[in-house]
Amino acid sequence: MSGIQLRNVAKRFGDAEVIPGIDLDIQDGEFVVFVGPSGCGKSTLLRLIAGLEDVSGGTISIGGKDVTDAAPARRGLAMVFQSYALYPHMSVAANIGFPLKMAGQSKAAIDQKVKAAAATLNLTDYLARKPRELSGGQRQRVAIGRAIVREPEGFLFDEPLSNLDAALRVNMRLELSELHAQLKTTMIYVTHDQVEAMTMADKIVVLNRGRVEQVGSPLDLYNHPDNLFVAGFIGSPKMNFIKGAYAKEHGAATVGFRPEHTTLSKESGAIKGVAGVSEHLGSDTFVHVKLEDGTQVTARCAGEMAVRHGDTVWLTPEDGRLHRFDEKGLAMREAAPKLRAAGSGL
Amino acid sequence: MATTNTQATARVMMAPSVIILLLWMIVPLAMTIYFSTLNYNLFNPAETPFIGFLNYEYFLTDPAFLTALTNTLILVLGVLAITVIGGILLALLLDQAMWGAGIVRLLVIAPFFVMPTVSALVWKNMMMNPVYGLIGQFTRALGLGTVDWLSQVPLLSIIIIVSWEWLPFAVLILLTALQSLSEDQKEAAEMDGAGFLSIFWYITLPHIARAITVVILIETIFLLSIFAEIYVTTGGGPGNATTNIPYLVYAQALLQFDVGGASAGGIVAVILANIVAFFLVRLVGKNLET
Repeated sequence: MSGIQLRNVAKRFGDAEVIPGIDLDIQDGEFVVFVGPSGCGKSTLLRLIAGLEDVSGGTISIGGKDVTDAAPARRGLAMVFQSYALYPHMSVAANIGFPLKMAGQSKAAIDQKVKAAAATLNLTDYLARKPRELSGGQRQRVAIGRAIVREPEGFLFDEPLSNLDAALRVNMRLELSELHAQLKTTMIYVTHDQVEAMTMADKIVVLNRGRVEQVGSPLDLYNHPDNLFVAGFIGSPKMNFIKGAYAKEHGAATVGFRPEHTTLSKESGAIKGVAGVSEHLGSDTFVHVKLEDGTQVTARCAGEMAVRHGDTVWLTPEDGRLHRFDEKGLAMREAAPKLRAAGSGL
Repeated sequence: MATTNTQATARVMMAPSVIILLLWMIVPLAMTIYFSTLNYNLFNPAETPFIGFLNYEYFLTDPAFLTALTNTLILVLGVLAITVIGGILLALLLDQAMWGAGIVRLLVIAPFFVMPTVSALVWKNMMMNPVYGLIGQFTRALGLGTVDWLSQVPLLSIIIIVSWEWLPFAVLILLTALQSLSEDQKEAAEMDGAGFLSIFWYITLPHIARAITVVILIETIFLLSIFAEIYVTTGGGPGNATTNIPYLVYAQALLQFDVGGASAGGIVAVILANIVAFFLVRLVGKNLET
């Protein structure tokens, strides 16, 4: 019942228009990730949904109720902050129990719910500690605990993993996905890290300069980006873009192909270039290639690939994996069959 | 952290300053203790016989001493209450984003830069005077009549004057503490359903607790030795109504010319201040270690 609908939601700070107007539907139980470069308005959008900022226009409804002017606490949402925002002078138990205390629940009920939340999050041994005596990952779990005890209709996460080190981030990513599978509650998650977006989301919303560039499942965005921005943002390493004669052959202003859909050869291929730095990751090797017109592209090859700096190499995009974009940067989909024919001709 | 060698060197290097500071403190203290055991009267400074603890006995059994002690405590506690509570409220107000906040903050801080004698005179003649005083004119205009502040409620008047001087200090310290409270914490509390009062009680107040202790500690040190304000307004009177310990010591020495008795009073004041400091440091220590 707790789907979230945004209708033409806009936000201005003085004269600066941060979000010109966004329509978005979030289904009940969905894990939605807002992703985009810094300054794209994703955090602002989350804060608008939370009620921490007032909208400049449009309406927000949660579970069918219009909450555009409702106070944050009345929206039934819980938020996890990037800085965790734990209360430093309270114990872990008091932190987790704070929303319940504010709701006027009895001590016994609070105690029981705090213990249950702590058990879910492996915090039972730390309940008496103060936040500063915890590690980053534990603090993060306390913040999540404070969110789940309220049994909210939806969770909002504002870049919750960006203060953690890389190994911990991977762990917490799994824990959050596991939590979502358990609770089956709507979750909105803001990040600038497209890997987090790809691995966790049911639905990704790609934002750029306050506008929604594309909404879809991770694989949808990966396989069928609507425009150059989404194509370049989703996937790592990022998609190669080539303009000029090669693009014209395919009837497009720009063509793009992903490093992992590129074959690299020292003898022959579609595009000629000079190999630059090779990055060996063990399982893969990323070879950076400079084309004759100066464009930098990347090819993902097998781990044993031996290409020396300065070698002449040829690149061939995989059949049917070529993305074509028009002058405005929009994807050209209707001619996809013809593209395949052109690709096989190479 | 350091080897024995560097520690020894450090001690040698620090010794001159430590010795100077020690002399600076010890010499006046020792002289005061010495004077407090003499019958030293300025009418007859040539003869200063040793009289043991007699000066202490006279000072402590003087009925004015108990009055002065109570007055000192009322003065300190009254000013602390007004400046801490008023300081928190003003700081909360100034923490809000508003038009002209910079100028308002400057105006609030201003009284701190007025020297005590001047501010006491201004209050005595321009504010509290029953005839020309602004307060008197205001209450008269309202038809409430006037109060002769300095003779009818002398101690309260002193408390008001001293509070006016120390409020800016409290506001300044508490405002900086408030500004270091992260916006995230307030927003998190807001999401958790806390209203304005709950946020103040559970988030803001614990956050500024340390700053409040610092204000109390520093103010207490200075408030125990309030003198100028009393000297230029009431002169310790009417009767002994506004005589505190420092003023009593002054009166003993320079109105009754009894240097020995005043020295004994001074030592008593030092002991009292140390008792207060003992409790304060324990309070602060408890608050600072968390």
